[in-house]
This record gives sequence, C-alpha cells and structure tokens, in this order.
Amino acid sequence: MSVVRLRNAVCLLGRFPALAGADLDVRAGEIVWLSGPNGAGKTTLLKLLAGLLQLHRGTATVLGIDLAIDRHTHRSSLAFAGHDTFAYDDLSVSENLGFAARAVGASQDAAANAATHFGLDDLAAVTHANLSAGQRKRLALAMAFARDADLILLDEPHAGLDLSGRELLDAELVRAATAGRTVIYSSHETDRAVGLNARTVRIVGGLAFQDALAEQSE
Amino acid sequence: MSLASDAVLIAKKDMRIEMRSRIVFAQVLPFGGIVLLLFAFALDTDRGVLPIVAPGLFWVTVTLSALLAVSRSFAIEAEHGALYALRLSGLDGAAIFLGKAAAIVLQLLVLEVVLATGVFVLYDVHVPGEAVLAVASVAVAATVAIAAIGTVYGVLVAGIRARETLVPLLVLPAVTPLLLAASRSFEYAIDNDLSTSLRWGSLVGVIASVCVMVGVVAFGPLLEES
Amino acid sequence: MIASWLWRRWFGILTLKALVALAVFGLVVAPPDSEQGDAARLLYVHVPAAWIAYLAFFVTALASALYLWPRTRNDSWDHLAGASAEFGVLCTGLTLFLGSVWGKPIWGTWWQWEARLTTTAVLLFLYLGYLALRRLGGVSSQRRNAIAALIAFIDVPIVHFSVSWWTSLHQQGSVFNDKMDVTINDGRMAFTLWLGAGAFTLLFAWCCLGRMRLLGIESKNSELELEAAIAQRTGVPS
Repeated sequence: MSVVRLRNAVCLLGRFPALAGADLDVRAGEIVWLSGPNGAGKTTLLKLLAGLLQLHRGTATVLGIDLAIDRHTHRSSLAFAGHDTFAYDDLSVSENLGFAARAVGASQDAAANAATHFGLDDLAAVTHANLSAGQRKRLALAMAFARDADLILLDEPHAGLDLSGRELLDAELVRAATAGRTVIYSSHETDRAVGLNARTVRIVGGLAFQDALAEQSE
Repeated sequence: MSLASDAVLIAKKDMRIEMRSRIVFAQVLPFGGIVLLLFAFALDTDRGVLPIVAPGLFWVTVTLSALLAVSRSFAIEAEHGALYALRLSGLDGAAIFLGKAAAIVLQLLVLEVVLATGVFVLYDVHVPGEAVLAVASVAVAATVAIAAIGTVYGVLVAGIRARETLVPLLVLPAVTPLLLAASRSFEYAIDNDLSTSLRWGSLVGVIASVCVMVGVVAFGPLLEES
Repeated sequence: MIASWLWRRWFGILTLKALVALAVFGLVVAPPDSEQGDAARLLYVHVPAAWIAYLAFFVTALASALYLWPRTRNDSWDHLAGASAEFGVLCTGLTLFLGSVWGKPIWGTWWQWEARLTTTAVLLFLYLGYLALRRLGGVSSQRRNAIAALIAFIDVPIVHFSVSWWTSLHQQGSVFNDKMDVTINDGRMAFTLWLGAGAFTLLFAWCCLGRMRLLGIESKNSELELEAAIAQRTGVPS
C-alpha cells in the first residue's frame, strides 16, 4: 500500500521553491532515510507531508488523503518531531509528555512507556528549560512516539543524541516498521541508515532521487 | 474528547506555565500599577479630576496589561514551535481558542482586582454598595471580550515577524467600543445610576458575545496560517 | 490588450472630467451656504470621501469573503481587497482632515467628539492595522488577511453604534447641534453633492482597477520568477 505519493511537488518558503518538483513513493512498513546537503529541502519535504505547508503545485497524497484538498484529516495518524522540541520551557518532562499525549488523544500509559523507552524516567520532574540539548531531543522523540501513528516523520532525530540515545531511537524505528508503520526521517549520519536497513532517498536542490542501489535490490 | 475538556486542557496548561514562570503576576501586574501612578502624575491631582476619570484610566490600564498578557500567551507557543504541535494534534481550533482565552481571562481578573484596589486607594473612588455586583459582572464580561480579541489577533500574527509591534495596532482600535462601554458603565455605577450603568453593561455583554463567536469561528483557520 | 488599454484610457478621462466638473460646480456654480458661507464648499469633497471610505471598506470585506469562499477563490479578490482598503484609508484620512478644516470656522475648534468624526477616526486606525498586516506578507498570508478584513468589518457597526450612543449621551447642549449641519435647500447644492459622490465613486473604481492591474502583473511576474528559481535550483532549464 502506498503511504506517500508525490509527483512534481513544489513547495514555497516565501518566494523560494524549497521543494522544486519532487517525486517520491513510500510504501507501508518502509523506513526511508532522507539524505542530502543543508538547504536541500529535507525539512520542507517532511513539513509538507505533515500538512504543515501548502502544496504550491503538483500532487501530494499521504495516507490516501490528497493534501491539495485536505491538510487536516491525515494528521491524526501521524507523528512528527522537528528541529524544535514543541515543548514548553516551564513544564517538566512528565508535564510536557502528559500534555502532548492528551492533546493527541493518546493514553497516559503510552506517554509513560515512551518516557521509559527514551530513558527519561529520572528526569520526570525537570523542566524543559533545564534539560540539556540531548535530553530535550529525547523528550521531543518521546512526545512524538507517545502517539499511535501510521506515519512517523522525524527531522534529524539523531542530531544531538548520544550513542545510547541513538540506539534507543533506532530500536524504536525498527519496532515501528515491524509493526507495519512507516518511518521517514532525515539525517546526516550515514552509519545509522545501514543498521536500520533503511531505503535511501537523496534530496538535492529541492528534488528527490530514489537510491539506485536500493531500487536494484528490490 | 469534547470541546470543553479540550479547552480545559489548554487553559490548565497555560495556567500551570503562568504559575511556574509568574511572568504575568511578576511583570505585567507591576506594569499596570506603575501605569496607574503615571496617570495620576500626568493629571492634575489637585482638581479632583482623578475620581471622575478613574473608570476610563482603569480600563486603559487593563487593556495595556492585556496586550502584554496576550503576547506572553503566544510567546510560550512560539518559543519551541509548540504551535506546530497544536496544529498537528487534531485539537479543535475553537477549543484551543477557548482555552487560551480562558487562561488570559483568569490572569486578567486577578490583575483587575489588584488594580481596582489601587484605583480605590490612589484615585479616591467610592463604589456604592448596590453597584458592586453590576461593576463586577461588567468587569467579567469586558475581560472576556478583551481576552477574546487579544487571542484572535495573537494567533493572527503568530507566524509573522514584527508581531510585537503589530498586535497593539490591531487590538487597540478593535477594543475601542468595548473600552467606551465598560468605562461608561463604571462611571454610571459610581454615580449610583444603576439603570444607565446596566444599559452600557449590556452593550459590553453583546460585544463580548460577538468577540467570543468570532474567535470560535476564526481561530482554527488562523492557526493554520501561522 | 489594445481594447483594454483604450477602455482604461476612456475610463480615466471620464473620471478626470467628473472631477473637473465637481471642482467647477463646487467652487463656482453652487452658491455659498446661507449660514456657513464658503466653508460649506468643503463638504462637496468631505461627504463623498466619507461615503467612499465606507464603500471601500465594504468592498474590502466583500472581496475578502469571496476570496475565502472556496468556489470563488481567486487572487484577484485578494488584490481588490487590498486596493480598496488602501483607497478607503486615504478617503478616511481626507474626511478627517477636511472635517477638521471645516470645523475650525464653523465649530470654532479643530475637533469635536462628534459621532461620525470619532467613528471615522477609529476606523482609520482599524484599517491602518489591516494595511500594516498586509504589508508584512508571509507564506500563506492571503487567507489570513482576508479573515482579518472580515473581523475589522464586523467591528465597524460596533464602533459606530457605541460611539454614537456615547456622543448622544454626552454632547447635548454643546457647540455641536443639528443647526450646524448644512441645510441643502438649493438645487445646485444638492446636484453638486451628488456629482461629488459620482466623481469619487469613479475615482475609487479607477484607482482600484489600476492597483489591481498592477498587483496582477506583480503576481504574474512572481510566477515567472518562480519558474526561473525552480530552474536554477534543479539545474533543469524550464
């Protein structure tokens, strides 16, 4: 089943075509690694898929929904973690997680499980403002994974994480894919993709190039 | 989840952040106090003009403080991109509006109690006993209207640069009729002309209802553009 | 192309003629007011400007609603909303200025807290805010601006009502009363006033169309720029 289908997708940031006609196909249960230089359009692509940006031209279908018509419906089935943590400085780790879970209609158990998985149990009472960059990243990921989502979109989730954090994240990604969920993430770390058995899509100059090697192996 | 419980979720979150950071209570409240003092300096205190113009000065001070409360309310959402999370959450825009506006109403009501005490002490105003209830209910309605207008314009400019300077320009003309009505209502209440006071008070009520309706309808679409 | 150019030219000349006629009638043909003398002549511009200001804000709201309505969504409505609001703000400013100039000899003061004048002053700031918002632009600013225009328009009757109520309660027995309004008892005066309304309506339409045309060219231009930007970004000539 096709989860993502982009054809000639153009997405603007102001007047700049951050995505300049991208084609992309992703099937259910895949882990897709978006690689590419800074400013290539990876973040814009992920935001477009999340429905956070307007499609200027072309077609984009995500989870069976045409984003040109409806940028809302599919949101209840996706998890998104971006460069920002989406958290509140004055709330503690557990309060941020609790709010995020309630806001998306997830159970508090799911939030607690995600916190445990990302090793946040000892930090439960610490406010976001007092967390280190790596700890914030773990919190942001736990907030995203608290939601039971079909499509998981992660923008540079490995950045700022220590080795154990990366292991935890990758384990969660593999588990999600095994459960039939789809993961699309961007990263500058080549070695992480190998362990995940991820399909590589290179993003360059606002275009998406499906990895030749991966195509052959299918 | 229902609209009400979602709104409560948002309001609780905002109030918890305020209880912890005390930005409104520790910064906006003293700001309101010094504005009251400045008005007294700017006007001639010898002529006893202050008790006459006190209602208007009170509402101007509340409005200026409300501008700060609104910008704080949206600063916490912008700081780490939480607005994105709100958009992705699937929460109804109306619920987010009601929750954020309710939190601002609560904060402003506390602020108004303190400022009103300041007005009684500094401006030598006396409210007749029978008028207290009318004054209080008009104050609540006016606060709801100010918070609703502020919340709508807060999200309207949430995604754009120079928003700190734009919010006052958008909010102040919009609250003009409200300030007029609330000030007149207070004036007549102080003069013990309750029926005229309540006529102005009902105008405040009408304005508040319109503002809340506009917010319920417009907040969701505006959030999408932020 | 040529037809539209001719049409624009014809429309512009018509507008110009109407304005010249207004100047002739307002300054020469219409008699001075029995009580106010020549000061009343200001009203031939003041009143039409005020009337167009309201019309312009109504057009802005209507165009914004049409932009928001999915079936009629078109960038031209956004352009019309902006063009109309700009002209409306200009007319509001003109109304206030002329009202003030007229008030000095008639009321003996530059400003009266009179209902219409005060309402107009609030509207000026209301729509200055709207224009400031438009100026900032942004990724998907058109929908946002359209909603802002509708909210501002909802505010217009509220401002008008509360201000008139306020002034009616407070201004009794002051300098301003009904006697100070101009009494139109001369056919030439009435005609000049209607001529003014007509000329200003034409001017409003002409300015809006011109501004819309400019904004249309601008957006067509930015589409072309986008093509070039895409070609440059992808390295594929378009």
